[in-house]
This record gives sequence, structure tokens and C-alpha cells, in this order.
Amino acid sequence: MTLTITNIKRPNSDTTESVTLENGVIKGWNLPAALTAEGETIDGQGGTVAPALIELHAHLREPGQTEKEDLASGLAAAAAGGYGTVVCMPNTVPVIDDPAIVRTLIQKANGLGFARLHPAAALTKGQNGEALAELGYLKDAGAVMFTDDGRTNENARVLRLGLEYAGSLLDSAGKGMVVSVHAEDASLRADGVMNEGPVSEALGLPGNPAAAEAARVARDLEILAGLHAQGSKAHLHIQHLSTARALELVRGAKVRGLSVTCEVCPHHLTLTDEALRGFDAMYKVAPPLRTQRDADALLEGLKDGTVDCIATDHAPHTRAEKERDLLDAPSGIAYIELAFPLMYTRFGQTLGLDKLLDLMTAGPARVMGWPTPALEAGAPGDLVVLDLETEREVKPAEFRTKAKFTPWAGEMLKGWPLLTVVAGQVAYRQE
Amino acid sequence: MTSASPRPRHLLDFQDWSAERLTAILDNADTMLQVLDRPVKKVPALQGLTVCNAFFENSTRTRTSFELAARRMSADVLTFAAGSSSVSKGESLRDTVEVLTAYKVDAFVVRHHAAGAAHLVARYSGKPVINAGDGRRAHPTQALLDAHTVRQEFGSLEGKKVAVIGDIRHSRVARSNAELLPKLGAEVVLCGPATLLPADLAALPGVTLTGDPRQAVRGAHAVMALRLQKERMGGGFLGSLQEYADTYQVNEGLLAGAESGAIVLHPGPMNRDLEISGEAADGPRSRILRQVENGQAIRMSVLYHLLVGRD
Repeated sequence: MTLTITNIKRPNSDTTESVTLENGVIKGWNLPAALTAEGETIDGQGGTVAPALIELHAHLREPGQTEKEDLASGLAAAAAGGYGTVVCMPNTVPVIDDPAIVRTLIQKANGLGFARLHPAAALTKGQNGEALAELGYLKDAGAVMFTDDGRTNENARVLRLGLEYAGSLLDSAGKGMVVSVHAEDASLRADGVMNEGPVSEALGLPGNPAAAEAARVARDLEILAGLHAQGSKAHLHIQHLSTARALELVRGAKVRGLSVTCEVCPHHLTLTDEALRGFDAMYKVAPPLRTQRDADALLEGLKDGTVDCIATDHAPHTRAEKERDLLDAPSGIAYIELAFPLMYTRFGQTLGLDKLLDLMTAGPARVMGWPTPALEAGAPGDLVVLDLETEREVKPAEFRTKAKFTPWAGEMLKGWPLLTVVAGQVAYRQE
Repeated sequence: MTSASPRPRHLLDFQDWSAERLTAILDNADTMLQVLDRPVKKVPALQGLTVCNAFFENSTRTRTSFELAARRMSADVLTFAAGSSSVSKGESLRDTVEVLTAYKVDAFVVRHHAAGAAHLVARYSGKPVINAGDGRRAHPTQALLDAHTVRQEFGSLEGKKVAVIGDIRHSRVARSNAELLPKLGAEVVLCGPATLLPADLAALPGVTLTGDPRQAVRGAHAVMALRLQKERMGGGFLGSLQEYADTYQVNEGLLAGAESGAIVLHPGPMNRDLEISGEAADGPRSRILRQVENGQAIRMSVLYHLLVGRD
């Protein structure tokens, strides 16, 4: 099967080119017509081509919570958002702590023809934070990361053991498996449902202080440093960093040379706790929307390299769940389909296209120790063609995710994917 | 009335309410008090209208006060109590509200344990909503009756100082008073132990915080004691109720430092001899029963304003 995409440009280039994919990989650029004639040809409409985006943090809710999302809806949504690879979180029902579940999910996803699926597995059995899961077997089954995610590893000793064990499971380049953490001290968070500050006090909603995140990041960095001193190859990845202070701690840890990485979510860059003033649980997310000062600091972190990648923490829930009151509603915003347009529209100028693409392609690949995504002959046939010019309205009714509502409904954004190709096959094409 | 701001459709909190409109509510409550002094305590203002008391959280007093207020205005009252209803069978707030709305009620009075729930009822029902207490957020008719009680005493709220003492953190009464009284020209001092006094509340205009009750009552025209939920002990906020009472109790000793004509308020129900001494609760400064009377009049006035009042 040969696929040729014509009329595309590489980032920051005005030259119109074509790329041909065959057998799941890139065959070459601007090949003579004789070599592409028998396959399919798609007009790229003058769009900008880039490696397909990589998402390190999505909740696809399968197995067990398919009223919220399933592999088909979630991976179709990812492809529509320009993503070719998705790491899904293990907080499903049952928890992804069993190699058989990992294998089943991968097999099922492979048959769908959307984005590639790489499950994250639980670090501990049942994500209970008490006893390590079978990390070796889980890795062999295809799990790429270990995390207890929102269950916040309250037992520091168990997290330390997990980092140590995962750090001994080396890839071919000698890199240990990534352990990612939802860094939040549960006792400090307590019953907080939004950022603690003047807004939470005015609204009478229980606050979650910035110190809950910073204190947990500090603890985990010290655990990591101790393991490194003993020669461990443990790698700690901090999920959805939301506060200026926690970012500062990560910056310092990187100076110390620790094997630590972090991700930042577009919702923490574009929204603040002010959004809660309407008491709409759509804006309830964990960690919570913080202040403009935090958002500004996170943007600085993207620029100076402290932040390794952008992840969306795509966390779909049913409309009925998100229509509950703010104390009762579950946390999460689902917007994998518009993450790139949102980032490009808001920060394309500030960051520059190359940096933004890096944070959504090569950045996450570096976190994982994967090969740097490239568009050269022989590279995997995962690419996206982006329309950087046309403004389009965010229309939740047209979303592929089951969560057909979003904070950005009605906004005009540009940077929408025209075409997403995964393993040489069309995974999404704009209608 | 000639206020430029649009007429608010709901009383959820005081964000959309101008001082003029709030003053009109207080003025109208004086008329309602006269109605309550008549042998026949009933006016036909809300005849043919149905008010739904939707109490997702138990509250005998506030519910009774709203119920009487609506009946005295000749409204029909539908009382919905979550404890013995579809809610206990898992029905969502939205579905409950939509069903009640389909009964053709004309307004909702809402009490709920979650801040913002009254806002959701307004969104889902499309009907006028009076917030009768939502979590820690707001209890606007309580603040209005407090304001009315102070105004009755001193003729105006302009330049008056009101000290609110107790568990500020968990109190919707404190938040609503902190929002309302400065709009009407009064100064509010919030006072309590540091763990129950969120520093971020100092960001509200016209509001100051202090941990020292003697400083709080200095120059105060009204001193309000808040109910201390004994459950707070389990939350680790306090060392002991004894220490709390010794430091923060509103009693004759503390009141000696207030203005000579200062009055004592309490939103009820009281823990006598904990946040307030028996002498202070029953003494000549106490306006606690007056608050209850005013509460009914304020609720009549608010119902009138939202359901039939015209600019």
C-alpha cells in the first residue's frame, strides 16, 4: 500500500513538496510520478507537515468506564487532534495492572486504525500504593510507563521501591522505565476542589493549596536523588505540573542532573481559577486551574526547557457527571482534539512553531526514550498535515470523544489537522 | 426605581445587586413587618404563584421561615426535601430540578451542601432562584436580615462596624455578610482562630481580619457570634472547645469593649456557653429573636421583589 501526500510544506518553508509512504514507513520525498502512480494520492492543501503528535497522558476509560470514553472514540479523537501515539492511563475498571489487560488493549487498538496505543500500567497492584505490580511482565506485555496517577503515591517507601524496580528495567539504550506521578500531597489537598486562594475563599469552595503539589514534588525529587546516588537509573516523570513553585523545584533538580522530566497541560496555560466563578464543574480538574502567575511561570518553563513536553490529561466524563455540583462532580477536561489548535492559536507566536511542535513530538519521545520522530525516508509513517491559516470554530457536537463539551466551545482557533497518518495509513482526514 | 443596573432575576449572592436595590429590599421589609403585626397576617401579592422550597440539605428553621413568608404572601408552597425523595434514589440535581420545574413552579428556594448549587438550579430551571444557603458560599437572606436588624437599631448602615466572630472558614453567613454590608456602607471585621480565618478573605472590599476578638469588637456597633460546628474538632482545626470558648466567646466581658449601644446577633441555632454566653444571648443587647422576625419579613420582601416587583 502506497500513499502519497502532495502539496505540503515543511515547517517554516514555502516550498511545496510531496511525501510518499509505503509499508508503514516513509519511502521518500518528491518521488517521481512513476513511483507513486499505483497508490493513493491525497492533496495536502498547502498544509504544514510534521511528525504526528505524541500524547503521554490520556484517559481512554477502557476497560470498564466506556460510558465516558472507549478506545475507538478516544483514539479517533486523538487522530483528529493530529496525534499518532497515545499513552493511556491505567485508572480503569479494573485497573491496568495485569499483563493480559495490556495485551488486550494494544491488540484492540491496533485493529482500529486510529492513533497507536501504548498503555501505561499501574505501579502498584490495584493502584493501591501498597505493593508493586508485576512491572517486568507488564513491560514485556507492552506497557511503556508505570503510574498510580491520580491515586497519588502517599506511601513514599513504595514509590521509592517502584522507581528502583522500574529503573532496573532497561530499554535497548540502557534507559530505565519511566515512573510518572500525579504529584499532590493528599493530606494537604484534603477536600479541595479548586486552587486555594482569594477566588476559592470568595466562592466558598474548599481550596487545594499550591503547597500540596510543591511539597510532593520536593519529596519525590529527594527520593530520586537518593536512588541516583546509589547508581539507579530510575526516571521520574512529573505529570501535569501546575504551580510556579513546583516548576522551580524541577528546574533545580535538572541543574542537579537528576533524571526527571515533566509535562504541562494546555488547560493550565490558558485557564485560571477565575473560570470557577460560574460554578461550572466543567472547569474542575486535578490538579486545579491555578493563577495567572502560575500560568505565566509554566509558559516560561516551556520556553527555557524546564518543561519537557505538553500533555493534555484528556479526561472525559459524561455530561451528567460534569453537571453535578462542584463538590460532587469528577475532575477532568477532555480536549485532545483541539490541543494543537489551542496551543498554536494562543502561543504559536510566543513559542514559535518549531518549539511548539518539539513539545508535542520530540519532547514526549525524549521523555520516553523513544527515537526522535522524523520525516526522513525510513522513519515510521506517522505524520500530520496542519492547516495553520484557517480559523475554525470549536464545535463540541462534532467531537469524536464522547465528552462533547469543552471550555473552548465557540472559540475561533487555527492550526487544525487536515490529515493524520499513522503507520502509513490515513487515521483522520478533515471533512 | 431608576437604577441603571438590570433587575437581577435571582438572589444567589450579591454580585449583581446594587446598593439601591438592596436598600429597596430592606425598605420593603419594613412594610412586611407591619403586615406581620396585623391580626390577619396575609396579603394577596403572590396569589396564584407557586414557590418550591427545594431543600437538598436539612434546615428546619430556614425552610419554615421561607414557607411562612411565601404563605403570608398567598403563594402556594411545594416543599421538596432531598432526604425523603428521588435524590436518595440517585437522581441527579439537574433531573430533580427539571421535574420540579415541570410541575409549573414559579420560583425556587434552594438549600444545598455544595457551593454553587443554587447557581446550577438557576441554570437548569430558568426560574427565579433564592439561595437559602449553598455550602460555605452564601446565605443572602440571612445577611439581609442581619443588615436589616442593624439598620433598625441605628437608622443606617453607613459608617457602622460589624464584627463577626467564630468559624469564618466554613461560614456562608460570614461570606454573605462580608459581601453585603460593605455595599451598604458598613465595615466588616471577621475574627476567629487562624485555622478558621482564611487570610484570602482579606481580599474582599471593606473587610478586615483579626485573630484578636478584643480588637474586633473595638468600636463595633454589632457583634455577631457564629455557630461553632462541634464536628470541627474532628477536623483538627482547634485544640479544644474550652480553649475556643475562653478566647472567642461573645460574652459580657468582650462586649464591654464594643460601642456602648452595640447589639448582639447570632444566626442560630446557638451553642449556648460555647460561642455565646447565656447572658449575652438573653441580655439587653441581644437582637437574636428580632433577627428571626426580620428574617420572615426579608424573605417576604425578596419573594415580592423577584416575583412581582416592577421597576
